[in-house]
Amino acid sequence: MTGGVSLAEVVVSALIVLGGAFALIGSWGLVRLPSLMERLHGPTKATTLGLGGILVASIVWFQFVRGEWTTHELLVSVFLFVTAPISANMIAKVHLLRLRQGDASEPGGPAGEPLPPAAGVDWATHEAPQLGTPGDLEGD
Amino acid sequence: MNRLLPHPGLSALLVAMWMVMVNDISFGSLFLGIVIGIVVPLFTAPWWPGRPHVRFAPGIAYVGLVLWDIIIANFEVAAIILFKPNRDLRPAWLTVPLDLTTPEAITVFAGTISLTPGTVSADVSACGKYLLVHALHAPEPGAEVAKVKARYESRLMRIFV
Repeated sequence: MTGGVSLAEVVVSALIVLGGAFALIGSWGLVRLPSLMERLHGPTKATTLGLGGILVASIVWFQFVRGEWTTHELLVSVFLFVTAPISANMIAKVHLLRLRQGDASEPGGPAGEPLPPAAGVDWATHEAPQLGTPGDLEGD
Repeated sequence: MNRLLPHPGLSALLVAMWMVMVNDISFGSLFLGIVIGIVVPLFTAPWWPGRPHVRFAPGIAYVGLVLWDIIIANFEVAAIILFKPNRDLRPAWLTVPLDLTTPEAITVFAGTISLTPGTVSADVSACGKYLLVHALHAPEPGAEVAKVKARYESRLMRIFV
């Protein structure tokens, strides 16, 4: 690495810039989208690729510049893919509950409040699981 | 065999995760990984009453498809965030009727929906037959529902049998 720039360094730089750009766009989405449910889309998606780009850059850097093989980045992305939908789901459920309660500090957003799925049933946030379904503790 | 390895898939996953975590391919770390892969499922078996039947070949193809869709999803959502003004945005609640029945399959389906283009799964119905999904931009909600069912659910039906 004396003098010129190696190809690996160019690739690593490009990936870091790409990852940083997506992380920035995801955060900008948090600021500008109209309400809570729309804002959830930014962190579950745009930020995933942002972090992904930086993780791939890290793998490439260790492999080609330092000559070491690392696998920790794979683990980070696995945990990210497992946790991002669950935290988004929890936030959405709290939002649904507060909407139903008519909390004045919880504006509905452009999509409004979701309708119940069918006659006689409601979403799990508002109703205990029915008999025979996975969440039903007595039937398990 | 069954008594020593109540969940062979879980054991294999634990060994693989251990090897990735220690980041070192040697006999010692492999041995420790195998010990963990045998001991952890034995001690946690009471909390795993049923075992999902998973077909691995379509499962791996599914992971590839979802990874690809996540990359596409990022570009689509980034384009919406950057270029679409809020007055043109058509967010909508979608009710997706479920053909999947096992909790594991529904969980994977909901997670996939959250990670892919413009949709976040919000809730499941109390009867377990519907999924509530929020779409960032869905001018035609019916088409969106048909798309996730055809693209992901039909594949998951073949994985979780």
